[in-house]
Amino acid sequence: MNSAIRVNNLGKKYQITHLPKQRYRALRDVIAERLRTVFPGRSKLSRQYSNREEFWALEDLTFEVKIGERVGIIGRNGAGKSTLLKLLSRITAPSTGRILLRGRVASLLEVGTGFHPELTGRENIYVNGSILGMRRNEIRQKFDEIVAFANIEQFLDTPVKRYSSGMYMRLGFAIAAHLEPEILLVDEVLAVGDSEFQAKCLGKMESISKEGRTVLFVSHNMSAVATLCDRAILLQKGREAMDGSVSSVIAHYLEATPSAEQLGDRTDRSGTAHARVTGIEFRDPYGVISRTLVSRKAFEIVLDVEATQEAIGKPVSVIIVVCDRAETRLFSLYSEWQRSVLEMKEKTGRLICSVPQGFPLIPDQYSLVIGLLVKGIVADKINNAAQFEVISDDMFGTGTVPSIGFGPIVVNHSWFTAT
Amino acid sequence: MQNDREILIEANQIERRYWLDLWLYRELFYFLAWREILVRYKQTIVGIAWVVIRPLLTMSVFTLVFGRLAKLPADGMPYPLLVLSALLPWQLFSAAVTEGSASLVGNANMISKIYFPRLIVPASSIVVSVVDFLFSLLILMAAMMLYGIQPGWKILLLPVFLAMTCIFALGMTILFSALNVRYRDFRYVIGFIVQFGLLVSPVAFSISIIPQAWQMVYALNPMVGIIEGFRWCLAGNHNPLNMSFVLLSILVSAMILTVGLMYFRATERTFADVI
Repeated sequence: MNSAIRVNNLGKKYQITHLPKQRYRALRDVIAERLRTVFPGRSKLSRQYSNREEFWALEDLTFEVKIGERVGIIGRNGAGKSTLLKLLSRITAPSTGRILLRGRVASLLEVGTGFHPELTGRENIYVNGSILGMRRNEIRQKFDEIVAFANIEQFLDTPVKRYSSGMYMRLGFAIAAHLEPEILLVDEVLAVGDSEFQAKCLGKMESISKEGRTVLFVSHNMSAVATLCDRAILLQKGREAMDGSVSSVIAHYLEATPSAEQLGDRTDRSGTAHARVTGIEFRDPYGVISRTLVSRKAFEIVLDVEATQEAIGKPVSVIIVVCDRAETRLFSLYSEWQRSVLEMKEKTGRLICSVPQGFPLIPDQYSLVIGLLVKGIVADKINNAAQFEVISDDMFGTGTVPSIGFGPIVVNHSWFTAT
Repeated sequence: MQNDREILIEANQIERRYWLDLWLYRELFYFLAWREILVRYKQTIVGIAWVVIRPLLTMSVFTLVFGRLAKLPADGMPYPLLVLSALLPWQLFSAAVTEGSASLVGNANMISKIYFPRLIVPASSIVVSVVDFLFSLLILMAAMMLYGIQPGWKILLLPVFLAMTCIFALGMTILFSALNVRYRDFRYVIGFIVQFGLLVSPVAFSISIIPQAWQMVYALNPMVGIIEGFRWCLAGNHNPLNMSFVLLSILVSAMILTVGLMYFRATERTFADVI
């Protein structure tokens, strides 16, 4: 009886419509579609509309969380983490299975939801508080605390449209943090604000869980998961891959990323084979090896190369092409552009490409094509040689993370009105 | 907070706690309505002026065209009052439906981020229109004084007709807002229905110009009973109120509300997926 969350055979199915790109449908299309089925002479057209694919974002998930437990949900993008939180917070309904929740649930999927720019900070505290499920008396009681936590005393009666993005986020989090639910669902909100505020948020979340509340925390930030949670669940392609102590699951997650060693064994490659890439790893400035890169943060790509007698001592060049999920080529890193002189001195060696500014990519899954040239002739070329994931930094300082619909590249920029 | 201790979510099952949830979230209804009103009247002068000018202008044009030029009968009421007393509930209805239908889509980020009974969003959007209505009621009161009409005890029944308008508007709003999420081009249909409704409702003319035999058919439009009621209690219409119009109006409104609720409940679980 002491479980806070019990999930049985939970599944969520989405239908992907291929033809019309919008998620919603136009009435005119529906009418047209109906008409076509009435006049079956043109049924070929209507068949295009039924070109739908089912996609299970989450499948057959069963787990239990005890009261007071702090559980991290980890996994790559698209593993079903956000879907799970949406189901638990009742934003969307499951396709199969059941969820039993004991206690008040609050979800921090996005802070500041329901803020109206024209209203003042004071007014928005009341509106947002009630949207999150607080009672009026509760808000009144915690009002001063919220204001102090967000540090916006002087701007209480200013419309939030005049707030800086930092103030906006602080106020949003402050309200949510004072919900005092029995079950708290958190999705990556800690990625917002300056580091001082992040520390404050982490502190608040720790104190929430110390009070015996149940916390479910979805994050890409492994160190935050490790400090906050005692247990973790790893999701892979919508299914549970591992459930255990936080350290063991994180270790498994970091290992499980398809690693470099098999690259030398792959046969789907072309070229003269005078030299071959046998391994690839991504290394951050502290020497930590990971397949997860932070957008626009420095790292190095390290290639292990094996050379035959023909290649040793000859000039070598390397091209790395970065591709998105659809294997569209986005940009390349090519040693010839810099006239970098690379050379294989022995039978095995390492070539390193330093990327001081990191990749300006939005959070998603990407892959690399690697080409190795000896004296300008392709010696080795591997498509999809490695996959890696990019996670966001808070580049705009607003917590807003561009989604894939805006294109894969993020560029720093600012807007202003001409004077 | 005793009742919401345990929540069971199951696939393909309509929630048992639906109405309980709605009750538990009643304060959200209040706050959302409050938010809309605050935003609406933030720029006070524009907000109130609009509420006053719109019915006055419409009334003048209708009186001129239908009363003076077309010389339609006024059943013993001053023509401007005949128009104004019908215009008030009509504008309440049309504003509520127009704004309410867009309310779910307008609050898409709330719906995709947070759980709350979705019905609260379209329902609370009607409150603003009611506040607007109360302001424009002041104009009607002024006009009544100008024409020397004593409202008498009948005015006590005004809340009943106001409630009928709200229920009719609520039913349409719930249905339309859900359809609007599903089919994003439905808003064009709404615009047309509202425009069309003004012409088929007895706003600019008295119902007495409709042939007797067709009046009951005409009264299938719930606005007919509502407008008759408003004229009866406000505009100095001395004819007795035709109760069958009122009952028919309530019946049709209740049916629309039921259909609206059924459709809303059948689709609301997928709002977050499609919005």
